Amino acid sequence: MKELDLVIIGGGPAGLAAAVSAYDAGVRSLLILDREQQAGGILEQCIHNGFGLHRFGEELTGPEYAARYIDEVKKREIPVQLETMVLDLQPLPDGSKLVTAVSSGGMLELKAKAVILAMGCRERSRGALNIPGTRPAGIYTAGAAQKFVNIKGYLPGRRVVILGSGDIGLIMARRMTLEGAKVEAVCELMPYSGGLNRNIVQCLEDFGIPLLLSHTIVEIHGKERVTGVTIAQVDENRRPIPETRQEIPCDTVLLSCGLIPENELTTAAGIPLDPVTSGAVVDQYRQTGCPGVFACGNVLHVHDLVDYVSEEAALAGESAAAWLRGESLSGESVSLIPKDGVRYLVPQQLRLPLKDDLRLYFRVGAIYDKATVEVRCGEKLIFSRKRPRLVPGEMESLVLKKSLLEGLDGPLTVGLSLEGESK
Amino acid sequence: MYDVAVIGAGVVGSLTARALTRYQLSVAVLERAEDVAMGTSKANSAIVHAGFDAPEGSNKALFNVRGNAMMEETAHELGVPFQRNGSMVLAFGPEDEEKIQELYERGQKNGVPGLCILTGDQARETEPALSPDVTAALLAPTGGIVCPYELTIAACGNAMDNGAALLTGFEVTGAERTAEGWRLSARDGRTLDARFVVNAAGLYADQVAALMGDESLHIHPRRGEYLLLDRKEGRTVSHTLFQTPSVMGKGVLVTPTVDGNLLLGPTSVDLADKEDLSSTAEGLAQVAKLASRSVPSVALRSVITSFAGLRACEDGHDFVLRAENHALHLAGIESPGLSAAPALAEEAVRLLGEMGCPLTPNPDFQPVRPHSPVFRRMDNAARAALIQQDPRYGRVVCRCETVTEGEIVAAIHQNPPARDVDGIKRRTRSGMGRCQGGFCGPQVVEILARELGIPMEQVTKMGGGSRMLAGPLGETEEEKA
Ligand SMILES: Cc1cc2nc3c(=O)[nH]c(=O)nc-3n(C[C@H](O)[C@H](O)[C@H](O)COP(=O)(O)OP(=O)(O)OC[C@H]3O[C@@H](n4cnc5c(N)ncnc54)[C@H](O)[C@@H]3O)c2cc1C
Repeated sequence: MKELDLVIIGGGPAGLAAAVSAYDAGVRSLLILDREQQAGGILEQCIHNGFGLHRFGEELTGPEYAARYIDEVKKREIPVQLETMVLDLQPLPDGSKLVTAVSSGGMLELKAKAVILAMGCRERSRGALNIPGTRPAGIYTAGAAQKFVNIKGYLPGRRVVILGSGDIGLIMARRMTLEGAKVEAVCELMPYSGGLNRNIVQCLEDFGIPLLLSHTIVEIHGKERVTGVTIAQVDENRRPIPETRQEIPCDTVLLSCGLIPENELTTAAGIPLDPVTSGAVVDQYRQTGCPGVFACGNVLHVHDLVDYVSEEAALAGESAAAWLRGESLSGESVSLIPKDGVRYLVPQQLRLPLKDDLRLYFRVGAIYDKATVEVRCGEKLIFSRKRPRLVPGEMESLVLKKSLLEGLDGPLTVGLSLEGESK
Repeated sequence: MYDVAVIGAGVVGSLTARALTRYQLSVAVLERAEDVAMGTSKANSAIVHAGFDAPEGSNKALFNVRGNAMMEETAHELGVPFQRNGSMVLAFGPEDEEKIQELYERGQKNGVPGLCILTGDQARETEPALSPDVTAALLAPTGGIVCPYELTIAACGNAMDNGAALLTGFEVTGAERTAEGWRLSARDGRTLDARFVVNAAGLYADQVAALMGDESLHIHPRRGEYLLLDRKEGRTVSHTLFQTPSVMGKGVLVTPTVDGNLLLGPTSVDLADKEDLSSTAEGLAQVAKLASRSVPSVALRSVITSFAGLRACEDGHDFVLRAENHALHLAGIESPGLSAAPALAEEAVRLLGEMGCPLTPNPDFQPVRPHSPVFRRMDNAARAALIQQDPRYGRVVCRCETVTEGEIVAAIHQNPPARDVDGIKRRTRSGMGRCQGGFCGPQVVEILARELGIPMEQVTKMGGGSRMLAGPLGETEEEKA
């Protein structure tokens, strides 16, 4: 069995960036595994631009962004084994991890001291959404449609209704339109979009595609191929209002209703997950509940911009390197608890004492105008920051100075206080 | 001229065709759909019932108990997973308890082995997830689970391996009595002559019988809707859990499947349209609610898909086995038809023999279906050896269910051959998992196109007009037309 210091599962933007930073922090015995034919992950099918503004200060396409990191990996001669699917991850009694993978070359067993999880996420399917009706051809997740169009060169359909206003759905609304399809509408169950504002403008408004907020598909029609959908407006409890039912003829339904981190291997390894993010519970080093296993990117929580993925991955890579050098990443553990409008926090745990300032990432559960984000330890207010507008579709972050967090004596809570409300 | 034509490639027709190939007979299976197992045998509860439910002396009781006893060997020979996980009928109070006592007694009369009644606490000891409201349970250790379409596909494949012909897209719309037997004609104009005809047309068995002069049957569809949960919930329970049928309805079941998922359902709604497989918001909500009654912790968050099946309800509420005029009608095969199918097939052969069909044993009959490898069921050493022989078994296409390209290619070339995306799904489980084909769909389309030598845009989901793609980029609708 081959032994290595670090195995990185997933060669998308997270895995690539983690590998580069681990290498730069001194790790030399490392390997990236990916099931696809090329590295770059989902970016390879995202041929639109809008990647890299934060990281590189310029607008790149998905493949261009990926290529920057692939180049960095090549420069360092970090080995990447493609078309290799990891099937299992198990912690061993000696503290190392057994990674079992398969490729057309055969079965592969690796013993790794440290592992970085960077497997990305998948899209919510029709089944998980429980849309009633028939089960004809022509129902795709937006990502599957994107793969057909951008990688395989085929148009999945000509008359489209999109359910969900996630970013991939918005991008595909424009892409399908440019390829000659007619996008009839984008229906969004919530009273706000889950996608980035710039995508709503550039992908829908610029093409005159209606965005129907508080609307859902209540039935899919068609026996062989989709022939139409019935949509309806929903009330404040997200229940369809019967009088607003309306049929739209179409041959294709695209679903863009959220992404779910792919944590099958994490679960197999017995690593605890956060039920809200569906990713591992991690500390500020992005170390999971299993010492020496780190996580970053969309497998940890769904990011809206790849720039943040790279940033998080760099942190995970450095942490893995530190752990391999024998530096202590343990310490007293303090929980971070989301409350009052904050849906989740990453990290979910702190290891004290802190070595650096702490950057916290969070998402809110609804739209909030003029809210104040408050960080408290018990009743004590440690930090607060006003925000003009917080929306669920955009990930938020804040930096807490190391000095602020000295001498913590209990869990930290992060919540919103709204204007006019006093606490 | 065939000796026997079997109309319908459901579980009953397929197992009957297989049973017929044990004899020196030429057999043709005629199926209106583009694939086998496209009717009721595709979507049902997948339970091999113990046999306590049907009234004593009925065909249902007789063939269910017999079929249950045959299922183990049948499944084994066909290489289909079958588990005798046992089933329980749950009682929620004194009225239900009376009813399960009745079922117990009926089961004794039907010859169901091993039945016993448990107290609520005893039931919870074996099934900790059971509701605290369960006061007693009827335990039937011979109850089992099997994958109904896998059984059907394997049975038809084995019949074909033993010489039977499968004609898909052959919808029998005409039947004419000839001197020697029957001339059957299809909607598309094809005809086929056979000495004997077995009508195993499921929901349409009444219409097929009518074509052959018997207008006494009447079948209407009764829909059942289901929710299927992720494999991570498959161990919520180990037995199949029924609710006691009452004036409130038949209740729904909660059961593990042989593939490790958890299945909830079905509802029961009478319909007029024999093709209406749509699911409804109300139906799915009802399944969720009733299932939570048996298992309050059932993880409805983990639903990966929903589906509906249609029961073929005949007015007499019993299986009809009618041999007349060189034809054998197997009609009204509603539940427990899957359980009874191996016994019905055996009986069909006997009845054909009585009608004069010569039953000379076929010395070349191979009961065991050579099974192409199933990667997810193999250990790592066996996987390694297989990949060395054929590297396509090292390329995982469906990540959720760990299905390899080798298995997909085998499904296209093995009997009965897969021709479309759903056919691949039912044979290999590619696309059956939690992402429901989101990732593997495009690759499966590509493999089908390559192996069948057709353009990508001709690949269908389930035959007919169910095309997966509109066409290559840059081609407008006008150009296509
Ligand atoms: C909701 C539900 C739950 C059930 N649960 C269970 C259970 O748990 N256990 C159990 O034992 N049973 C169960 N059953 C019953 C079981 O599924 C059926 O008894 C069994 O599948 C019937 O098989 P079949 O071959 O008779 O019919 P089908 O599978 O319907 O096969 C008939 C075939 O005939 C073809 N056909 C029809 N007309 C023509 C024509 N004119 N020409 C050519 N081909 C034609 C059809 O396309 C079809 O493929 C359930 C049924 C339902 C609906």
